[in-house]
Amino acid sequence: MLEFAVKGSKRYWGLVLALAAIAGVGVLTWLYQLSFGLGITGMSRDVSWGFYIAQFTFLVGVAAGGVMVVLPYYLHDYKAFGRITILGEFLAIAAVVMCLLFILVDLGQPMRMLNVLFYPTPNSVLFWDMIVLNGYLFLNVVIGWNVLQAERHGTHYPMWVKPLIYVSIPWAVSIHTVTAYLYCGLPGRHFWLTAILAPRFLASAFAAGPALLILLCMVIRKFTKFDPGWEQIQSLAKIVTYAIILNVFFFLCEVFVAFYSNIPYHMDSITYLFAGLHGYDAYVPWMWTSIIMMVLGIILLVPPVTRRNPMTLAAACLLVFFGAWIDKGMGMIAGGFTPNPLHEISEYIPTAPEVMIALGVWAAGFLVLTVLFKIAVSIKEEVRA
Amino acid sequence: MKSSRRRFLKLAGIAALGLGSRPVVDAAYAAVGGQAAPEPKVGRQPEALTAKQWAMVIDTRRFESAADMEPLIEACHSIHNVPHFENKRHEIKWIWETEYKHAFPGKENDFLPWEVKERPYLVLCNHCENPPCVRACPTKATFKNENGIVVMDFHRCIGCRFCMAACPFGSRSFNFRDPRPFVAETNKKFPTRMKGVVEKCNFCAERLAEGKMPACVEASDGALVFGDLYDPQSKVRQVLNDNYTIRRKQELGTSPAVYYIV
Ligand code: SF4
Ligand code: SF4
Ligand code: SF4
Repeated sequence: MLEFAVKGSKRYWGLVLALAAIAGVGVLTWLYQLSFGLGITGMSRDVSWGFYIAQFTFLVGVAAGGVMVVLPYYLHDYKAFGRITILGEFLAIAAVVMCLLFILVDLGQPMRMLNVLFYPTPNSVLFWDMIVLNGYLFLNVVIGWNVLQAERHGTHYPMWVKPLIYVSIPWAVSIHTVTAYLYCGLPGRHFWLTAILAPRFLASAFAAGPALLILLCMVIRKFTKFDPGWEQIQSLAKIVTYAIILNVFFFLCEVFVAFYSNIPYHMDSITYLFAGLHGYDAYVPWMWTSIIMMVLGIILLVPPVTRRNPMTLAAACLLVFFGAWIDKGMGMIAGGFTPNPLHEISEYIPTAPEVMIALGVWAAGFLVLTVLFKIAVSIKEEVRA
Repeated sequence: MKSSRRRFLKLAGIAALGLGSRPVVDAAYAAVGGQAAPEPKVGRQPEALTAKQWAMVIDTRRFESAADMEPLIEACHSIHNVPHFENKRHEIKWIWETEYKHAFPGKENDFLPWEVKERPYLVLCNHCENPPCVRACPTKATFKNENGIVVMDFHRCIGCRFCMAACPFGSRSFNFRDPRPFVAETNKKFPTRMKGVVEKCNFCAERLAEGKMPACVEASDGALVFGDLYDPQSKVRQVLNDNYTIRRKQELGTSPAVYYIV
């Protein structure tokens, strides 16, 4: 099936080359980071994780969100999703690849990465995160490939794939749960120290992942001969609607607990993000933009008229995706580290090289996504023809 | 090789040194322009000081100004090759002075005695009895040694910085760039670090192994007391017995082994 990856239109190759070029610049910048050290980033002693880990966290969500097409099809026999499960699985693969790359570029000594395997440490959540992420990647590669191959040959996929599919469903939940546990089990980081962090992560995952999938389906509809289906897109839109409402609701629960209890350390990070603290307020416009985007997204998604209109639906998906990205990809990590354990504030602002490396990783991930979607779509076109 | 070095470190109680694989380490140091460690003594030295849990009591009444603390901080940072960076983002510190409200957030009180509020406070790694940094580390590069000291293996650390997120006291620093050019005078008896690893106070494990007290304790003229928390005869226990002490963020359950007389 790989032959489909190298047989493509000019437009396909243009996209591939553009993404490869951005990824290449990212790699060069990363080499610079390797030689200088992580000092080229905006991170510091106080904010020791930044943009990279934030992107990682957000993308674990996108990966987990892919399960929202797999689950209804296999567990509820919702036939319509049969056409697009492969897109969900391939999106998950690309997202996990980005997650792993973001971990890699965040390490101070990446050459020693395998120490995590040489000295397995079950008491570390990072150890488990490595297992669940790699496991999820493996599951989606095996499942996606076999199911697609069977579809191409007009046969049923091998029986041994079925249990893997069932395992992949709770596994998707586990990747984002374990990722939330990286944060919410740390004493003294009050912004993260909340039992609702994992549910909140899952809610934003099930909003952002399917929102991106809807946008991708629309692109495929427009530019290829394969139609993922309007009914499919509408079902996904309902999933996005509920998930983003839950995400905002969970956030409001946090706000209530922090401010009604009036416990300073529960309020500080939220105050810092949304109003500024002791004169530091770089995140305030971003965080309000995020809230406004998510709320506007809800306003467009709930009424059937706007949800059923392709234009407003696309706008809503963009709002939800970028709103969730700011919320998790920017605020969640910097907010957790500010103020620091001694209650001092060091404001974290990502640097240009840091953003370039992050862009490179995103480009690499979208390159993987483009190639995988190209294969999937070509096969769908071939089967239809 | 790595694990045998590690066992040796544990045995000798001198974690930070990395002597077990000396030729390799030397070669590596030479290759990156650092200095080789001097000829090591192998095995536990008869003069080594041991404890079930080393602990420290800081008599904060003995420090009136930052200048009183300078010699202690200087002693630690110079023997441990702690670099000095102008850029605050890259800052590395093992022990430093701060204000009451930063040392004990949550215990602020507008009406504290003036001298308690204004006096400087020393902060360093607490060598917690139940350390969250050790729990978080995915490679066991941070571990608790048999004397209760939370030590680090700089050669194993992958620089993931999970331990920094886990430490509720901000005790850890990360080498955001090669620290060696920023060490004023290298102490050849202690390893320098490379970029990309985390470091922090090691309760002078390497000095205890030679029968010496920690450098900051030695320089403190009795204001810092060091001893075994679980030896009822120890100096630390006597001082804890005679004075009311507090610890930083005790409520988090990490059980810090650094006590403060306020
Ligand atoms: S003070 Fe921080 S670094 Fe030191 S032992 Fe406790 S948790 Fe670990
Ligand atoms: S940075 Fe090093 S010591 Fe800290 S958790 Fe990671 S591997 Fe362990
Ligand atoms: S105990 Fe040793 S390492 Fe720790 S602060 Fe004092 S001198 Fe530095």
